[in-house]
Amino acid sequence: MKKVTIDATDLHYTPLNQQIRKAVREGTDHIVLDNVMGQRFIADGLKGSVVIEIHGVAGGDLGMFMRGPDIRLFGNADHAPGNTMDAGSIAIHGSAGDAVAHSMRGGKVLVRDNIGYRGGIHMKQYVDKCPVLVIGGSSRSFLGEYMAGGLLIMLRRFADTLEIERGIGSGIYGGEIFIRGNVPDSCLGVGTKKDICHGDDIARIVPVIHEFCETFSLDPGIFLNSEYTRISPASARPFANKYTWE
Amino acid sequence: MSIGTYPPKFGVRVDPEQCMLCGRCVENCSYGVFRMEEGRLKVNSRNCVACHRCLAMCPRDAITIRERPVDYRSHPLWTPQVREAIFNQAKTGKIIVAGMGNALPYPVIFDHLVLDACQVTNPSIDPLREPMELRTYIGKKPSRIELVKRGNGEVDLLTSLSPNLKLETPIMIGHMSYGAISLNAQMSLARAVSEIGTYMGTGEGGLHESLYPYQDHMIVQIASGRFGVDIDYLERGAAIEIKIGQGAKPGIGGHLPGEKVNQEVSMTRMIPKGSDAISPAPHHDIYSIEDLKQLVRSLKEATEWKKPVFVKIAAVHNSAAIAAGIARSSADAIVIDGFRGGTGAAPRVFRDHVGIPVEAAIASVDAKLRQQGIRNEVSIIASGGIRESADVAKIIALGADAVYIGTAALVALGCRVCGTCNRGVCAWGIATQREDLVKRLDPAIGSQQIINLVHGWTDELAELMGAAGINSIESLRGNRDRLRSYMLDSALMDVLDVKSVGA
Repeated sequence: MKKVTIDATDLHYTPLNQQIRKAVREGTDHIVLDNVMGQRFIADGLKGSVVIEIHGVAGGDLGMFMRGPDIRLFGNADHAPGNTMDAGSIAIHGSAGDAVAHSMRGGKVLVRDNIGYRGGIHMKQYVDKCPVLVIGGSSRSFLGEYMAGGLLIMLRRFADTLEIERGIGSGIYGGEIFIRGNVPDSCLGVGTKKDICHGDDIARIVPVIHEFCETFSLDPGIFLNSEYTRISPASARPFANKYTWE
Repeated sequence: MSIGTYPPKFGVRVDPEQCMLCGRCVENCSYGVFRMEEGRLKVNSRNCVACHRCLAMCPRDAITIRERPVDYRSHPLWTPQVREAIFNQAKTGKIIVAGMGNALPYPVIFDHLVLDACQVTNPSIDPLREPMELRTYIGKKPSRIELVKRGNGEVDLLTSLSPNLKLETPIMIGHMSYGAISLNAQMSLARAVSEIGTYMGTGEGGLHESLYPYQDHMIVQIASGRFGVDIDYLERGAAIEIKIGQGAKPGIGGHLPGEKVNQEVSMTRMIPKGSDAISPAPHHDIYSIEDLKQLVRSLKEATEWKKPVFVKIAAVHNSAAIAAGIARSSADAIVIDGFRGGTGAAPRVFRDHVGIPVEAAIASVDAKLRQQGIRNEVSIIASGGIRESADVAKIIALGADAVYIGTAALVALGCRVCGTCNRGVCAWGIATQREDLVKRLDPAIGSQQIINLVHGWTDELAELMGAAGINSIESLRGNRDRLRSYMLDSALMDVLDVKSVGA
C-alpha cells in the first residue's frame, strides 16, 4: 500500500493533476489531497485503480472522463462531478452543484446530501456499462433529463427537503429513475411513465442502497421499507413520430 | 385524401431502342424505381430521387431523367417546393426533414467576388519554377517570442509553444459521423487525408476501430450527446473539436434514428443497437461563454494540454462576438460553419432559413479578432458550401486559415447531391449503413478520388496565388485587397471589407 499526500494550498489545477498523474504512474494506490479549495478538473481523464481522498471543496468537473479511480470527497463539489465518466466511483460526503453525472456512461456517483439542476442528464448505458447515480437528499429541476440509460436513485432523506421539482426525466429514452416516496404527475417531464414500486419491485436497487448507506454510515432501514416511484421512458423512440421526409 | 397525388419530382424514361434488359438499373436502384416483370422493364418514376446510380451503371445510356416532368402553373412566390411542403404537412402534421444543405436560391457571395492577378507592374510567380508555400499551421501562435542567445552563437526559444496541426494544404475534411455516412466512406476519407498530410473530422459518432491506423489525421468531435466519447477517444485524436452548432441546422441538436444504429454503429457510439441517438440542442454542462472555457479546459486537462481544441459554431448573426469569446477560452481554433453546410438530416425550415453565409461570417470574425488584437490566439476554419479551389482562395482572402470540405468530398466519392441522405438508402454507399449498398464504395478507389480532388484544388490554389504574385498562403490570408466585389451592395461590401470592381 503506497500512500501519497499532496497539499493543494494555492496550487493551480494543472500542476495538481500533474502531481496526481505522477503518483499514479509511480504505483501509488492511495492519494490524499489536503486543502482543496475549488480546484477544477481533479482526476480529469485519469485512468487506473487508485483511491483519491479529497479534503475540502472540489471545483467543477471532478472526475470528468475518468476511468477507474475511487474518489472520496470529504466536502462539497461544484458542478458536474462525474461528467462523461467512464468507470470508477465518486462518493461526495456533502452536496454537489448542477449537472451531476452529466453524460456518465459507467461507474458510480454517490452524493450524500443534495444536488442542483439537471442531475444525471443524458446518462447512458451500453452492454456491461451501466452508470449509477444515488442522491441521498433532493435535487432541483430536470433530474434525469434526456436520460438514455443507467440507474438514478433519489432517497430524499431530509424531512425538510421533500419537495420535488418539475421536469423529472424530461425526454428520457432509456434507463430508470427511482425516487423514494410519491412524485406528483405535475413534476414529471415529457415522455415519462410512472410506476409505484415496493417490496420485490425494489429488490434490484437494494444492493445499491446498502452500498450508499455503508459509504456514508447511514442506517438503510428507512430506505428499504419505503415505497418508490419508478420513472422510465414512455417510449425508446420519443422523437420517432415527429418528422416527415421532404 | 382530398389532396390526391401530386406530380412526381422526376420522370424516368428508358429508351427501348437502347435498353438491352441487362437489369443493372434494377440491381442498382435502392429507391425502387425499376423492376423486371415478365421480361419487361417497368419504371416507377415517383420513387426517383435523381441520384443517377442507374444512369452511371447503364451500359447503353438508355436512361434519361427529367426534373419536374409535369408543370405546376408557374408562380414566383408559390413555388412547387412551397406547395408540396404544404401538401406534406397537411397530410402528416409533422416537421419536414431533408438531407444536404440549404436548398433556397439565395445569391452566392463567392460568385460575386473576383480574384486579382498581376500585370506588368509586379510580376506574377510561376508555381512550376518557384516554391509555393501552402503549408498551414492550425492553432495558437504566440503574440511574441522570447529568445536567449547562447555563447556558441545558437539561440534558444524560451516561449513555450501551443500544439499546432501541420497541414500540407489548407484543405481539411469536415465532420461527417460514422452513422451519417458509411464506414467505407469514412475509410476513404481517412486514407486520403493520411496520404495528403491533412486532417478529417470524426463527427459525433465515435471512432471505429478500423480507423485507428489513421487516428493521427483525425480530429475527434465531442458534441452535446457525448456519443462515443471516452478518454481513449480523446487521446487518439490529433485534435479535439467541440461542436456547438452546425451550419445546416443552427441552434438545434440531432437525432440519429434507431434504424441507422446497427451493430457496428452501436459499438462505435457506445449506445444500444436500434436505439435513437439524441444529441440535445445545447451541451447541458455549458450554458454560457464562461462555461465553454470550462469545457475547453476540461478537454485540455484530460489530454495533458497536448492536443489543440477546436470549437465549431454555426454562422449566425453575432458570430463575431461569439468568436471573440471563444478566442479567449483557451481554444486553439474556431470553425465557422456557414448556412450552406450539408447534413445527413435537418429540418427543412432550419436548413433553408437559419444562419448566415460563411463568407460574411468569416470576414466579420476575422475583423473582430484583429480589432481586439487576439487574431493570433486562434486559427479560423471556414466550412459550409466550399465548392472549388476559387472558394478556398476567396475565403482565405476574407480571413480564414483553412477550410473544411464536406459535400465536395462526398461528390468526389460519387454523391450526386440528390439530398436524400436522411433516407439511409444511398445508392452510392455513402450515406447508408445497408451492407449491400456500403460494399459499392471501395475505399481503395474512393480514397484515390479524394486525393485527386484535393491535389487538383491545391495545384489550382498555387496557380491562383502565383498569378497574384503571392508565394505563401500566409500572404493571402485576410488579404482583401486581392478581392473585388462584383455587384454586391455597399453594406455587404463593408462587412466583407472589399472594394468594388474597378475601384
